[in-house]
Amino acid sequence: MAAGRKLGVLLLMAPLLLWLSTLIIIPHINMFMLSLSEKVDVRVYETGIANYMAFVEEPLYWNTFGRTAIMSIAATFLTLLIGFPVAYYIAKIAKGRLRATLFLLCLVPFWVSELVRTFGWMILLRESGILSGFLQWSGLVSGPVEFLYNDAAIMVGLVYTSMLFMVVPLVTTLDSLDDSMIEAGYDLGGSGYSILREVVIPHAMPGIVSGCIVVFMLSLGNYLTPVLLGGKDSLWFTEQIYAQFITRFNWEQGSAFGFLLLLLSSLIVWAGLKLSGQSLSKTMG
Amino acid sequence: MSDSDQLSHDLECRHVTKSFGDFIAVKDVSFTVPKGSFFSILGPSGCGKTTIMRMIAGFLDTSSGDILIKGRSVLDVAPNRRPVNMVFQHLALFPMMDVAGNIGYGLRRRGLPGPEIAKKVGAVLERVGLPDAGPKNINQLSGGQKQRVAIARCMVLDPDVLLLDEPLGALDLKLRDHMKVELKKLQSQFDTTFVYITHDQSEALVMSDQIAVMNKGEFEQVGTAHQLYYDPATAFVAGFVGDSNRWRGKIQTRNAKGAKVSATDGLAILAGPISQPLSKGDDVDIFVRPESIVISFDAKGVGKFDNNLQGTVEAVLFNGANSRTLVRETATGTQVDVALPQTGEFAELTPGTEVHLGWGRAQARCFAASDDVGVI
Ligand SMILES: Nc1ncnc2c1ncn2[C@@H]1O[C@H](COP(=O)(O)OP(=O)(O)OP(=O)(O)O)[C@@H](O)[C@H]1O
Ligand SMILES: [Mg+2]
Repeated sequence: MAAGRKLGVLLLMAPLLLWLSTLIIIPHINMFMLSLSEKVDVRVYETGIANYMAFVEEPLYWNTFGRTAIMSIAATFLTLLIGFPVAYYIAKIAKGRLRATLFLLCLVPFWVSELVRTFGWMILLRESGILSGFLQWSGLVSGPVEFLYNDAAIMVGLVYTSMLFMVVPLVTTLDSLDDSMIEAGYDLGGSGYSILREVVIPHAMPGIVSGCIVVFMLSLGNYLTPVLLGGKDSLWFTEQIYAQFITRFNWEQGSAFGFLLLLLSSLIVWAGLKLSGQSLSKTMG
Repeated sequence: MSDSDQLSHDLECRHVTKSFGDFIAVKDVSFTVPKGSFFSILGPSGCGKTTIMRMIAGFLDTSSGDILIKGRSVLDVAPNRRPVNMVFQHLALFPMMDVAGNIGYGLRRRGLPGPEIAKKVGAVLERVGLPDAGPKNINQLSGGQKQRVAIARCMVLDPDVLLLDEPLGALDLKLRDHMKVELKKLQSQFDTTFVYITHDQSEALVMSDQIAVMNKGEFEQVGTAHQLYYDPATAFVAGFVGDSNRWRGKIQTRNAKGAKVSATDGLAILAGPISQPLSKGDDVDIFVRPESIVISFDAKGVGKFDNNLQGTVEAVLFNGANSRTLVRETATGTQVDVALPQTGEFAELTPGTEVHLGWGRAQARCFAASDDVGVI
């Protein structure tokens, strides 16, 4: 009887276990092994940390690494800053049709592929693009202006791509906040700001944290947006990984980089959870 | 009205009306609440009670009319600056703070120093009988304790008027009975004006100094519990407050002492003094309370009454001191609900027994017929 139940549980869990092991655990173990092997000669490998040492010794690598981390954090905060009022409006102020329409508007960008979306930004921002043309036409500038290929362009692209993933969890948690809670705050003499700080944000914290985690991971691991909008001077760490794997055929170095990125994202998410006093189970549950 | 007169009122509403589009939720409501009294608004679900409350608290604008607190109009005062506080229908305690944090919220907003806040919070918790609850989490409290914390959270701000929107609605029956007494006690303890809304008449009758009975956005009658029960002004109030036997009929003859009414089921009833302008031929509703009907085993016992009839006991509804019997009248077959006297004489009453019933005409109240008699 007990054995039968055990088997049933095992069968139910099988797809999940299969997915976890084949797509996540096995490749990562493999990658980890790969990252620890040094090439000493053609087809001769030794175990060692030379790949990680290469990262430490080459400023370009860890500069890019740090830049990627800081820009991703900045993109996450920017998304939160723009997304929170939007989510608050959708969840608490808009009613009926307007609410559904606004939600849909957040979703619309995802009807086209990421590539096309990013090209859209390029059409707007490039030297011969719409924004530059408009500025020249209005007489604000005398010659064409290049908005592409800098950090601001990457930031715009990242925030745009991530907005939905911030707004959805925020709307869900704000929706569950009883309106009378906000009214009670006013009734007891609270100002809009104090209610936001003491009632609304603490209630929305799980949504804020889960939205931030998703947006941060998406930004950190993004490849297309930094490559297309950032150009040569605005390197992203994923570009380094791509270069090692594809351009240089140096899988060992690429694996080491991949592992470092995984470590970095885990570390920052952990720090974020600690700082906000949330736990992962509370955020995701 | 003189100034001193106005100052003895904590709250006054003058011809307050609220419409949502075409729908009028509150229609020309006027009332005054004297300082330190317990005022209830009683009415069926959807009659506009919460709407009045939200206008007083400032969450809704009035369509017309004026609201005065301590003699001063508050229409242009924002809700967070009005000297009223509200206990919400579902309490709306802040789950992200502990009990002390909840109670101290309003004091912090007023910029009081920390030690003073702690002192006041401790004092008010003491008064509501929860001296050790300060560091507790909101979801660690029982229903009745939450209730008291919600009241303490308002009372610590020392409001001129405390508004309570069906605060006992979520509690079970037993606790509700207990909290009724508790609330009344808290009100006299704090000596604050309470405005309490409910659709439960027993809550209103037990606690209030004054009750307004509301129906479809209008006040039908304002008075003490005693007045509403024994001297209802309209058919709606007579039907809504307390239990009654009710007959629909037509006035046969009308004089200074009252009227003779023939009910649609054939019963002829002599009804008491009539306050409404009714005359011969008008459709009326007659209300007779079960406890004002005298029951007797022989005809002599009820002979002296204006109305007397004969019937058989159909059922005995035992409910301790509130036991009733249903009597089927012999001639017309109409059913009468009669309260059983607790003298022991009717302890052994069984279905099928022949009984005689009687009541004075003053006990039979007569109002213009209304199909809108409060049934919740
Ligand atoms: N914002 C609004 N827009 C339109 N109609 C409303 C609005 N608020 C309330 N109403 C209507 O006004 C009427 C009175 O509502 P209200 O909430 O005051 O009832 P209530 O007496 O408190 O009822 P309950 O005992 O069920 O709480 C209802 O018919 C309701 O549909
Ligand atoms: Mg209500």
